Amino acid sequence: MSVRHALLALLSEGPKYGLQLREEFEARTGEVWPLNVGQVYTTLQRLERDGLVESDGSTDEGPQKGFRITSGGEEELAAWLRTPPDLSSPPRDELVMKVLVALRVPGVDVHDVIQVHRRYLVELMQQWTRLKEDEAEFDLGLALVVDAELFRLDSVIRWLDAADGRLKRAAADGLPVPVPAALTRLRRRAGVRS
Amino acid sequence: MTALELRGVSKTYGEGAAVVQALSGVSLSVEPGAMVAVMGPSGSGKSTLLTIAGSLEEPTSGEVLIDGAPLSRMSRNGKARLRRRSIGYVFQDFNLLPGLTAAENVALPLELDGLIARKARAAGLRALEDLGLAERAGQYPDQLSGGERQRVAIARAVVGHRNLLLADEPSGALDSVNGEAVMRLVHEACKRGVAAVVVTHDAQLASWADRVVFLRDGRIVDQTAPPAGPESLLTTPGQSQ
Repeated sequence: MSVRHALLALLSEGPKYGLQLREEFEARTGEVWPLNVGQVYTTLQRLERDGLVESDGSTDEGPQKGFRITSGGEEELAAWLRTPPDLSSPPRDELVMKVLVALRVPGVDVHDVIQVHRRYLVELMQQWTRLKEDEAEFDLGLALVVDAELFRLDSVIRWLDAADGRLKRAAADGLPVPVPAALTRLRRRAGVRS
Repeated sequence: MTALELRGVSKTYGEGAAVVQALSGVSLSVEPGAMVAVMGPSGSGKSTLLTIAGSLEEPTSGEVLIDGAPLSRMSRNGKARLRRRSIGYVFQDFNLLPGLTAAENVALPLELDGLIARKARAAGLRALEDLGLAERAGQYPDQLSGGERQRVAIARAVVGHRNLLLADEPSGALDSVNGEAVMRLVHEACKRGVAAVVVTHDAQLASWADRVVFLRDGRIVDQTAPPAGPESLLTTPGQSQ
């Protein structure tokens, strides 16, 4: 989450005070990402240093200091909105690692390992859904954030389901379990970041 | 009293070498007002579980009790009456009758149960109103959108005083916003005291349930713990910039 650009977005609506920025940030993201005051002021200082916002010049560094966006800030915000986040190389996914490792550890049933994680993820999704049910009908920002989280968790469960099915079929076909060398090759080919 | 109880239910199809064990010793209780989701891959026995719970099929062994009454001691007529009065079904493909309007589709189970047409229609209309479909009551299924059709199917499943709702992939091919609307309706019905069993492979649907049970190869292998409140999600302080 880019706090820097979220603050620029809030200032694009008009000049605001530091305290006001923090409150509006939390309200717009459904209070899912709480911000501490220090984080707001550090970010504002950096934005000012980079010429993306201007303060009202008061020496008061407290919550009543006002800020407005500069034309440089507006350009930065417009460019950021259209810049895709870095999803091109897969992150080193802990869950994928666990399932791959479970295949090779004697006495461990990989399907049980998969089920433990599946249950945990569904429990997490139940909590998010409760939140949506209680609050999100009236709070569009929160509904969007909760949806994003639900889709993310859902995609992990789908991968677990696919892995479960693929491993069952492989076992039925008598295929050997993957060797670590195959992973190293894949990693090199994909340029995986750690 | 438990709205639905399965005690050691097993179901086999075929004989000899061709025998298929669809369910093995499944036990499950659903209290009034609770929503239970059954998750599992294709072929895990989900749909068989639902048809046996709804008295549409008989278990090979084990017992099914609805409102405490064992189905095995009921006559065919008794089971048919139970299905008309107490159990509502929602299927993936809605199963609305194309020649009847939305209101007539919803009123149908009541009319079949012998309620006079005028009263049945009035009850059907009320159920449609509850689901925000009052102005669509006179439309035929092919004049309704997918989301509206599924809402009509849910109205039909809860009309009258049904206390058990059985749903098989109830959001079918609906998009996620309409799928969520469907689950909100099922959830509303549960708040009024209806017990619901929703069979699905979709985790987003299942996450509406109070409890999720996992079915694998005809057995319940796991279930979720009672959910913690959503507050626990919101305690992580500010994340990375």
